[in-house]
Amino acid sequence: MTRVHDMGGRFGDWAIRPESEDEPVFAENWQARALAVTLASGFLGQWNIDVSRHARERLSPTDYARFSYYEKWISGLADLLVENDVLTLDDLRDASEGDHPLAARMLRAEAVAGALAKGGPADRASDTPIKFEIGDSVRTVRPTANRFVDGGHTRLPGYAAGAKGRILKLHGTHVLPDSNAHGLGEAPEPLYAVAFPASELWVNPEHPKDEVVLDLWQSYLEPL
Amino acid sequence: MPHDDHDHPHALLPPEPALRVKALETILTRKGLIDPAALDEIIDTYQNKIGPKNGARVVAKAWADPEFKQALLQDATAVVADLGYYGRQGEHMVVVENTPEQHNMVVCTLCSCYPWPLLGIPPGWYKSDAYRARAVREPRKVLSEFGVSLPKDTSVRVWDSTAEIRYLVLPMRPGRTEGLSEDELAVLVTRDSMIGTGLPRVRS
Repeated sequence: MTRVHDMGGRFGDWAIRPESEDEPVFAENWQARALAVTLASGFLGQWNIDVSRHARERLSPTDYARFSYYEKWISGLADLLVENDVLTLDDLRDASEGDHPLAARMLRAEAVAGALAKGGPADRASDTPIKFEIGDSVRTVRPTANRFVDGGHTRLPGYAAGAKGRILKLHGTHVLPDSNAHGLGEAPEPLYAVAFPASELWVNPEHPKDEVVLDLWQSYLEPL
Repeated sequence: MPHDDHDHPHALLPPEPALRVKALETILTRKGLIDPAALDEIIDTYQNKIGPKNGARVVAKAWADPEFKQALLQDATAVVADLGYYGRQGEHMVVVENTPEQHNMVVCTLCSCYPWPLLGIPPGWYKSDAYRARAVREPRKVLSEFGVSLPKDTSVRVWDSTAEIRYLVLPMRPGRTEGLSEDELAVLVTRDSMIGTGLPRVRS
């Protein structure tokens, strides 16, 4: 029901290898280029952040597991460029020079600082009435899945599906990724921080008082 | 090595990562869609201009100024924007405070969401499968791998960044720091202490 990226709670991974805070931001130059090419391509305006996250998630499970972090970025980007008709498959094989209809949108060096500083807020006005108050008990929907598109993008991790929690905070009304990742509109709705006791999520929680908090859209939640 | 999944266009590019990036950059440049100088500018921004020193300034200020701290916990986005920290991946900020009763720790299990304007680009371990998979289920074991052990009565709250809200941990101010200036306090604030996988430096 979910995809390979949805790995929260999974068993079998290695110990963490902490890094000194003096390590370079990019271990290798190509990683920096991968990040920059991806950001710059985003400014062509042919997709939004939810579409681009979904492009990485849609890598085959084999590729996703085998690719390093920035390999996922660059491969997801190549797929996005073709799927959105920015490039053709032939371009990927051997690109010719020439006028491109989107060239006028190219991010120029002098525009970078302003574009990064501007950001892209995700809060929007919404007509959807706010259903829950702080302290309310809720249950997440189960199974976790995009309700509009089979196999589509969603932000409810599998480990928290069908779990009981309580509303900690209302963040306002935000773009719904399940809709926005598929060209179905921004469909903003209330977004909450929801606290779940660790005992609600794991068979053997480490401590009786531990909690996990997730940011969840109203349509992921049912009243209890 | 197995080949890429051939249903996807990316399989047409060279498999070796550095060559794959170079190929795509070249194609996009030829088409007039990418300005290589803009890429240099983006890299310079995240390599040299934006990083954990920003977050450390915010934390030090919160330690030094109770009113600022109150405002920060109330509406972090506006307060850090006033200090000049706003932008991509920091549009909606929430700051969570560590106390003797509760320790906070931040993860993104679904990808690698991270407060860029305050902490820069995340370290490798933050983006690793191991951290993403384990931080929610066994935070104390993960903390022990960072050399952190918490008092028995302290609860752990793990924040899984599943939306566009970005979290910064406000660590507890270390002892023996009375009378230090904000600049001196900021030196004690580590990147990991603002993610919740570390504690601030202790003054020698």
